[in-house]
Amino acid sequence: MSRSVELIDVEMTFGKARAVEKLSVAIEGGEFFSILGPSGCGKTTILRLIAGFMQPTGGRILIGGRDMVGIGADQRPTSMIFQSLALFPLMPVWENIAFGLEVRGVRKADRRKRAEELLELIALPGYGDRMVHELSGGQKQRVAIARALAVEPQVLLLDEPLSALDLKLRQHMRAELRSLQKRTGVTFIYITHDQSEALAMSDRVAVMSAGVLQQVAPPLELYSNPATPFVARFVGETNEFPGRVERVADGMAAIETAHGLFTGRSGANLKVGDQAIVYVRPEAISLAAGADANGLHAVAEQLEFEGATAMLHAKTDGGYRLSAALPHHRLAEAPTAGTNVRLSFAASQALVLAHA
Amino acid sequence: MHSLFQRFGVGLGSVILICVATWLLGMVLAPNLMMLDFSLRPNLMPAQIGGPDDRYTLVNFTALFSDPVHRGIFLKTIWASALVMATTFVVTYPMAYWLAKVARRKAVAFVTVALIIPFWINEVLRTLAWYILLAFNGPLNVVLTSLGVIDAPVRWFSDIGVLAGMVYAYILFMLFPVYNSISTLDSAQVEAARNLGASTLQIHRRIVIPHAKAGIATGCVFTFMLAAGSYVAPALLGAPGSRWFTEIIYNWFFEGGNWNRGAAYALVLLALCMAFVMAALRIFRVNLADVAK
Amino acid sequence: MTVSYKATAGAAPSAQGLTTLASVLPKVIFAIYMVLFFAYLFLPLLVMAAATFNTSKFPTVTPWLGTTLDWFSALWADSAMWQALRLSILISLGVIAISLPVGTAAALFLNSLQDRSRSLFYAVMVSPLLTPGVAIGIATLVLWRQVGVGGGTALIILAQSSFISAYVMLMVAARMQRFDRTLEDAAVDLGASRIVVFRRILLPYLKPSLLAATCIAFLQSFENYNTTLFVRGTETPLTVYIATKVRTGLSPAVNALGLVLIAATILAAIAYELARRRRSSGSEA
Repeated sequence: MSRSVELIDVEMTFGKARAVEKLSVAIEGGEFFSILGPSGCGKTTILRLIAGFMQPTGGRILIGGRDMVGIGADQRPTSMIFQSLALFPLMPVWENIAFGLEVRGVRKADRRKRAEELLELIALPGYGDRMVHELSGGQKQRVAIARALAVEPQVLLLDEPLSALDLKLRQHMRAELRSLQKRTGVTFIYITHDQSEALAMSDRVAVMSAGVLQQVAPPLELYSNPATPFVARFVGETNEFPGRVERVADGMAAIETAHGLFTGRSGANLKVGDQAIVYVRPEAISLAAGADANGLHAVAEQLEFEGATAMLHAKTDGGYRLSAALPHHRLAEAPTAGTNVRLSFAASQALVLAHA
Repeated sequence: MHSLFQRFGVGLGSVILICVATWLLGMVLAPNLMMLDFSLRPNLMPAQIGGPDDRYTLVNFTALFSDPVHRGIFLKTIWASALVMATTFVVTYPMAYWLAKVARRKAVAFVTVALIIPFWINEVLRTLAWYILLAFNGPLNVVLTSLGVIDAPVRWFSDIGVLAGMVYAYILFMLFPVYNSISTLDSAQVEAARNLGASTLQIHRRIVIPHAKAGIATGCVFTFMLAAGSYVAPALLGAPGSRWFTEIIYNWFFEGGNWNRGAAYALVLLALCMAFVMAALRIFRVNLADVAK
Repeated sequence: MTVSYKATAGAAPSAQGLTTLASVLPKVIFAIYMVLFFAYLFLPLLVMAAATFNTSKFPTVTPWLGTTLDWFSALWADSAMWQALRLSILISLGVIAISLPVGTAAALFLNSLQDRSRSLFYAVMVSPLLTPGVAIGIATLVLWRQVGVGGGTALIILAQSSFISAYVMLMVAARMQRFDRTLEDAAVDLGASRIVVFRRILLPYLKPSLLAATCIAFLQSFENYNTTLFVRGTETPLTVYIATKVRTGLSPAVNALGLVLIAATILAAIAYELARRRRSSGSEA
């Protein structure tokens, strides 16, 4: 696959504030690529840099192999879907969709025809003459997508477009976006602060924090092998047991913690004597004691029923409040508050990262 | 400047810049500077202009204050304008409050239209209406004498007539800003104050008026400025002997033939109004941005 | 509200009577105020309108000498009035031609500035509104005399535009404030040039305020007297014509003119409102 968008040492500063620190990433053609991070982490800045609304203060941006320096937003092969959607309120739906063609000098009859085709694509046939304010939230969303696709961009940039929708509609639109991306083969770069959105839709996810790129990986890898403590904490829930590295061998590390000696998969650059943290997902902790498992004692405090699972909150001897997700079929064994429990997790399910 | 070109492009950005510069420099700043220059020069024959007598002097300004008649008229214009302003506020405030907080939506729409109708005709005709009403043999005197309120016809063309005509002419400039600012007041505040036992007077003094101060400042600034700069109402409705400051300025230009002195007087009027604006902004503690809305 | 108070205070009948009086009195006072307010507003106009139909040579209603429509035909036959009217309309069109683009440009200019320089320019731009009209007229007159241009139609247009532009600026700027800038970004992103964004996105958005500003500019120019008085030279627009009439020979024909102007503006307003309703109902259907 060809590289669709490539950022090379891109930097962006506003006055003294650094929005993006030296950042390099290559996005493949036809990829659904998400940039995930909390608000203010610089992800929107990156999107606007790629769109051409801003010029980076350092580094280069290549789209389709072409350097974009000095090329404005109106000349780039990208199109953007804004958080507010930014549909033109004074134009009917079809003119909105065909606006990009209009400014390219396409004849009116052809524009209308293309708009109708796109309305078919987004399953809104016959809506061309409606006004934007007559549409529902989900319909507006789809019109915004059609408008962006009408100019046949190489790259579609999406700036949290689902954030204004309610939960049910958001989940529906996720699937729709994903299938639309597969059908059109356009590269999607999707900005979000919602990890479940990023994990559900993307081929790869980039996690950002405070202007720094933390990790770029497929969703599964991101979840099971976070590269940095930030990613471990930000993506999914996790328990943390800090301690000191005692042994490193065969990709495994043993850590002396306040709760006992734990073994887990070793992250990069761990040395004996380092301060480190053992990260364990709640669903990796179980009530039963396993043979090669790390074990710990705790007192059950509270059980929160969440539907598919129930979250057990328990306090360890060391005073740490951990969470363990109990699967539905084991609910019968769930301890009552105040009882002592013995918990365990497999070494393969634990990850050890150097203290940040 | 940079963002202007970035947003509108070089071509359109330049057009915008040229329009704004032409206006502010050519139509606002240059005329005022020229008026200042003019007011600082003596009134000379065309042959003398540029000669040894053509020097900067303050004589046009000192003349205003050394002439007791002109000084008197100037001071009277100030306090009379202030009186017009205060009267306009008193007359319009209850209506503004009623429109903003009490009246129903339909009543507001109806009354607003009724208020605007008199203002679709110009100030000269509005003043003319008062001129007819207040004439010595006019309807007001006829009705009042026939009702027995007065024994003999009253000469209304006086300070009273000027006041009535001016308040009439500028009523909307006070009413709408005050109305607008009162309507942004949360009605719950009034109810809360009443609930806490405040009297109607206290509610207005402590809640409504402080909230509406930007609108009140706007109304005051405009009515004062318009009154001080008014020409028609004093000319038509004033007593024959009494004059308004603008009438003196007019005379310097078109009867006295001393443009320099007229320019100086106009500048003093301008300075007075600007000083009043500043004072109002300071007293009401509001921004200019809140005022001109 | 009042009802519930009465109910709670209604234990003793005499107390109820007192409460009723106390709650009615402000209403009575307010009703009197309303009557006086509207009498003040409309009596002069009614007298002026009525005087149009009185045969008296001087416009008045006392004494009523007989009812006539002659003053309308007198007005119709007054060629000087027609000339003044034509001039006033010409001036208004000139003022619109200048102040609409200038005021709009000023609003766009302000909208693109940073906070601090914005408030400075804002102050400079609204200052003509806080300047007495006579001072504006005199300043313009004095400036142009230096380059040999005397009072006349051109100067009237220039002097009026200098402050009417500020009205336009305020009206356009008020609408600009509610404009969503991402619409511009979206259009640029779809490939529109700056000019196209302006023509296709911003201008249609501003259209209502531009229409309203045109009306205001027309009215402001049409009824201006103070500024015009100083820069008119020997020209006589309608307001000056009326004021001269008042001094040199007032006749009810002037009242007739006032009536016609009111009728014309009311008709225009009704037409505008009807057109607006039709358009809004059309877009909803």
